[in-house]
Amino acid sequence: MERFYHSVTLDVDKCVGCTNCIKRCPTEAIRVREGKAIITPERCIDCGVCIRVCPHHAKKAKFDHLELLNRFTYNIALPAPSLYGQFRHLDHIDLILTGLKRLGFDDIFEVSKAAELVSDATRKIISQGNIPKPIISSACPAIVRLIRVRFPDLCAHVLPLHAPMETAALLAKEEAHQKTGLPTEQIGVFFITPCAAKVTDIKSPIGTTVSHVDGAIAISEIYNQLADVMKHIEQAEPLSQSGVIGVGWASSGGEASALLNDRYLAADGMENIVDILEGLEEERIQGLDFVELNACTGGCVGGIFCIENAYVAKARLQSLRRYLPVAKNHLPAQIPSYMKWTDNLEFAPVLKLSDNLEEAMDMMNRIDSMCQEFPGLDCGACGAPTCHAFAEDVVCGLADKSNCIFVMKEEIKQVTDTLSHMTHINPPLQNKGKIQNHKTQQIQGNYEKNQS
Amino acid sequence: MSFLPLHFTVSGYDFTCAGEASSKVKNKLKQLGYDSEAIRRAAIAMYEGEINMVIHGGGGEIFVEVYPDHIDIKMADKGPGIENIEQAMQEGYSTAPANVRALGFGAGMGLPNIKKYTDSLRIESEIGKGTTIYMTVQVNHS
Repeated sequence: MERFYHSVTLDVDKCVGCTNCIKRCPTEAIRVREGKAIITPERCIDCGVCIRVCPHHAKKAKFDHLELLNRFTYNIALPAPSLYGQFRHLDHIDLILTGLKRLGFDDIFEVSKAAELVSDATRKIISQGNIPKPIISSACPAIVRLIRVRFPDLCAHVLPLHAPMETAALLAKEEAHQKTGLPTEQIGVFFITPCAAKVTDIKSPIGTTVSHVDGAIAISEIYNQLADVMKHIEQAEPLSQSGVIGVGWASSGGEASALLNDRYLAADGMENIVDILEGLEEERIQGLDFVELNACTGGCVGGIFCIENAYVAKARLQSLRRYLPVAKNHLPAQIPSYMKWTDNLEFAPVLKLSDNLEEAMDMMNRIDSMCQEFPGLDCGACGAPTCHAFAEDVVCGLADKSNCIFVMKEEIKQVTDTLSHMTHINPPLQNKGKIQNHKTQQIQGNYEKNQS
Repeated sequence: MSFLPLHFTVSGYDFTCAGEASSKVKNKLKQLGYDSEAIRRAAIAMYEGEINMVIHGGGGEIFVEVYPDHIDIKMADKGPGIENIEQAMQEGYSTAPANVRALGFGAGMGLPNIKKYTDSLRIESEIGKGTTIYMTVQVNHS
């Protein structure tokens, strides 16, 4: 496991060094240095905001391709429910699932199926009361990572259950092993992902040591092929095994409303999320049992690998699930241990200035007084998102004060003032010449006087 | 002892800005690596104080001194002053106007919460002149 693996990367050739990404990153993880954006790996939470806001398409996310299926004997697709909202004029989920099989998958295990089990388990955890309330959903990997680096007090509130993708992977492998007799190493399980954070979550999971998912294929990567094969399906196989609850997880509010408890809050979009988390931390927001947070606007249907607008996809999902039963999957009395996190969520203080408190205080003093010297425009021309972040960089030795164009202008003014002052001072040698001339004139004058 | 001085101005009757100062202090304490329990207590107490300054005090000034082992917070307003401090300290006692209560504030928990979350609290108030509260949160570095 790589602790700081990231799916979000930069295409150096396309980056023009503008300020769009640095200004919007929720963890201030990006700086522009020598005309190119640089992502600090310790701070990045793979939320994908920078990919969305880059007008030059210089930010990308890594994902796996269908060729990876060749490595395994038996392959299972784990479609995220957000995939179902990407197709026009679709009247049954089975058509998509049959289409996935035509693309080369041997079987399908819907993530929405596991989502119904997670909803069941969450209801049990809420009623047990062992986790401090409100319990915060752990389904969005970007949110879990945001809490890990910015909200130490909220780590204990995070639902200690694997996201539906992980539980789906484990169950799919087990089922396929029973069915085919193949060892699990020969069974490939692929998540059809709406977002980059899930790719990261597979390579560098939280709450467990190794993910059971073998690869994540972007919805946008297979969309064309899938839409094409779907056109030629005459009879779809009856593959869908989830209800309203499972499919509802695709958009914001779906997970929370599945708890059948009205003491919940569901928020989406990074700026709203930060506001809610700050409010929870300061106990300004109270009286809730459950908080569902999705980094992407609209929820998973707003993921960066989705083709369709989040709200259009949400509307389609509403009509797709109209005739589905509430839920098709239920847990036994106890929550199976494979659904639970084995490790606790631990705070990673990546924003801390120094391990030595005295030094940290001294640094902060210097940062605050340095901020007074900056114009406070947060223009980003220095490569940092705000004047304050820039002062931090200078004090931490990562930037030079003269990178601020206003400081540099002041420095240039001082230099020109000095130069202009110097032009009014005559060097002594030049003065000596003048005096000599003066004397010469005097002598000459005297001579002329004597002559007359 | 060296400390980090912080200063904020709170504008009165503007709920949209209430909580800004406590949020800034909280983020600074996190960057300094303070114990999260101490950060939480300081932030909540300060937030309650800020709300009081907005509802009753017509705004004012906040002076924070961050020491390695404790945080001193002084919140001063030029509001109407508190007539009976003992009564104001009781849970549920409120003089907040109806429009403020309609927003969900003014439940009479401000000062009691400040007392609950701080290690020492002193209130100086003079009718017609204003109120100044001094609070301290002790820090145990784990």
